[in-house]
Amino acid sequence: MSTATIPAGAPATLPSKPAPRSRPVAAFLSTYVFSKDHKVIGLQFLFSTLLWFLIGGLLALAVRWQVAWPWSDVPVLGKLFAQEGGQMSPEFYTMLFTMHATVMIFLVIIPILAGAFGNFLIPLMIGADDMAFPTLNMLSYWFMWPAFIAFGASFFVEGGAAAGGWTSYPPLSTNPASSPGSGMGQTLWLVGLTFVGVSSMLGSVNYMTTIILMRAPGMTMFRLPMTIWAMFITAVLQAFALPVLTAAGFMQLGDRMLGTGFFSPEGNVVNNAMVGAGGGQPLLWQHLFWFYSHPAVYIMILPAMGMVSDIMTTFARKPLFGYRPMVYSIAGIAGLGFIVWGHHMFMSGMNPALGITFMVSTIMIALPSAVKTFNWLGTLWGGRIQFTTAMLFAMSFVSMFIIGGLSGIFMAATPVDIFIHDTYFIVAHFHYVLFAGTAMGVWAGIYYWFPKMFGRTMNEFWGKVHFFLTFVFLNGTFFTMHILGAVGFPRRLADAYHYETFHHLQPMNAFMTWCAIGMVASQAIFAVNFFWSMFFGPVAGRNPWNANTLEWTAPSPPGHGNFDFQPVVHRGPYEFSVPGMEKDHLMQTDPPVAMPAVAHPAMAH
Amino acid sequence: MKRFAGIFWSLLFLAVPVLGVAVFAVAPSIDVWLPKDVSEHGSQIDGLFYFILALTGVVFIATELLLFWFIWKYDESIAKGPATYIHGSHTLEVVWTIIPAVVLLFLAIYQMNTWADVKMRRPVMAPTVEVVARQFEWRLRYPGRDGQLGTPDDLFLVNDLHLPVDEDVLVQLKSMDVLHSFFLPNLRVKQDAVPGMKIPVWFKAKETGEYDLVCAELCGWGHYKMKGRVTFVTRPEFDAWLERMYLEQEATQPENGEAMP
Repeated sequence: MSTATIPAGAPATLPSKPAPRSRPVAAFLSTYVFSKDHKVIGLQFLFSTLLWFLIGGLLALAVRWQVAWPWSDVPVLGKLFAQEGGQMSPEFYTMLFTMHATVMIFLVIIPILAGAFGNFLIPLMIGADDMAFPTLNMLSYWFMWPAFIAFGASFFVEGGAAAGGWTSYPPLSTNPASSPGSGMGQTLWLVGLTFVGVSSMLGSVNYMTTIILMRAPGMTMFRLPMTIWAMFITAVLQAFALPVLTAAGFMQLGDRMLGTGFFSPEGNVVNNAMVGAGGGQPLLWQHLFWFYSHPAVYIMILPAMGMVSDIMTTFARKPLFGYRPMVYSIAGIAGLGFIVWGHHMFMSGMNPALGITFMVSTIMIALPSAVKTFNWLGTLWGGRIQFTTAMLFAMSFVSMFIIGGLSGIFMAATPVDIFIHDTYFIVAHFHYVLFAGTAMGVWAGIYYWFPKMFGRTMNEFWGKVHFFLTFVFLNGTFFTMHILGAVGFPRRLADAYHYETFHHLQPMNAFMTWCAIGMVASQAIFAVNFFWSMFFGPVAGRNPWNANTLEWTAPSPPGHGNFDFQPVVHRGPYEFSVPGMEKDHLMQTDPPVAMPAVAHPAMAH
Repeated sequence: MKRFAGIFWSLLFLAVPVLGVAVFAVAPSIDVWLPKDVSEHGSQIDGLFYFILALTGVVFIATELLLFWFIWKYDESIAKGPATYIHGSHTLEVVWTIIPAVVLLFLAIYQMNTWADVKMRRPVMAPTVEVVARQFEWRLRYPGRDGQLGTPDDLFLVNDLHLPVDEDVLVQLKSMDVLHSFFLPNLRVKQDAVPGMKIPVWFKAKETGEYDLVCAELCGWGHYKMKGRVTFVTRPEFDAWLERMYLEQEATQPENGEAMP
């Protein structure tokens, strides 16, 4: 732990403290509740999403219970929903996996990356005192609450929460007669989705403006840390893709409530009930939905990639290998991300010739991902690795992303997809990307930036125990899903063992469920460590990891306005182990020094 | 002590490729693997599966081993001196961009013929059977004695699909209500049924036998039990079965010209 030094250029006197407020309640509300400070908003996002992470995890456990031991009484949780003495009904099961995915995607991953880390880190890492639009920023958090309430309340309405899958394909989702969850639950689902969208859009506009306009003097675009590049490109992606989903959501609401017929074909009757005017096309929803939701997959991983790049350079004490290729490959993923949505629809009845186009673009999107992986390996090569908890999580992100990236190629190949489409192979794939990838990246980020958030470091020993258990159990849960998929084991079946092809797979599913239980239980270690360290952890200085980026020049935690001096940037974010220097890192704000000759001048900045 | 930590964590990362390969090596011997394929086109699909498995397997092992090796070797507690001060390598970037690009492009092109065979090169023939999916059953409609679908002598059955072996079969797939998916694991066939669309599905079985018909697209609470069976029999047996079913169906109907009571 280094001692904090106030860099050169800091004013001799620090700004005086604001005058004490005369109305304590109003002061409390404006400081901690309706705060416009990006750090407070970031932490509000963090706490809310971590709570939903727990709920989403418990939903997943209930799903796993049914898959492993169909129709057996669910322990503990069974009492909560008390159906036939703890046994879950098939409609309850469909609701569980629908809401597990919905919660994890819309209330955890997207808001924890953009909302929590984006908010907290963007102004700090670019040297700004706050976001460009603090009020919009506050609203972006508070617009999550109608969504929290809509999704949360939907569990308690008649028919239960939405049960048409998180993709909500019509006519199952539009016709209330088709499923119990397609009643009020589905309407609330669409309302919740709309509010999540409003929140994301407010965030996106803010992030783009802030990153373009509010960088500190000397902070050129190509001196931005990877986290900021990833957040920036994600914001652009979000801003262009999201309106399509919002529009599609309103169209589905129209079909359900106003009698329009965007998605129901002529004379479509479900369970003797007809809805809407007809004349629509179910595939239209799939196109519109995936036009957003495929880019959303990248919205759910790019920021984690950026954070992992920053963390790995710090703990390898080495410049990032191929900074510009890393930036270009993020941009490449985002660009290609707009023309690959059709790979979700290879079996949908879409013209098979169109499938070929989408196959080519989808397989080619593996290229920028491969370039990123090689550059991460290049970053470790020749480094001096420090095994901190954050570093372990970051390296496991790379290890797991390799699996998730490669397994994607199977589904991208249209002929192979014929067999593995909608089987556990795809379930394995996206859990390797989103849990073993993004969630591990999120943990890396929490352990890494915790000192900046709360001024104290988390316990390293228990952090490593948490990492070890999570890593082992997640592989036990998800890796075996690949071979279940190879058997053709379909997803979303409440009980598949009555099929001759799948009847022998129960023991394997039971093993996976035990691992999943272990994985969720291990998070108790994290929760205790998190809250204990917040109050009793060792006090961290400004820069506990000897990192280079601007947030580490601010106090921990930074006060309102972030910096007690105006940061001026003199170099890129990854100047570690510069030869001939006293210390092994040059912060972005350190005064200019004579730099040594570099092996590849073209790559330096 | 610090070195012990480095060894421990690098071995944990080494376990990923070791156990990963082990799982895939053991799976076929415990029968958790591709189910038996009885279709003509299935071997092409399985071949591509194995091809991609081999290709991704090599990349998986190589990158994971490299990751392990770097973590092992560049542990701060044993590596001497400061880290290498390097920002990248233009040559390496070009190499590891172009080689994967070529391989991936080849992989994409290599798939196209099989895809066209299975989904685009439709045999010129009348539908053997019309399959209409609904919550939660497969309704089957065979042409009657006139060989024409959509005439009054059509044969109606549920869930028990019989088809002739060793010849092209054309299924006309429809849905009455919501989305479903017609999945025959043993024939490597999958196609969503979409209300408002008539989608052709064709295949050719090489062996007689009875196999699962699974619904693979979420269709509501009873999705899991939307189970059918497909039975492949020789052409004479198929014709005889069709005739027997037809007679059974007609036997339940009133005599010609007699009005319903």
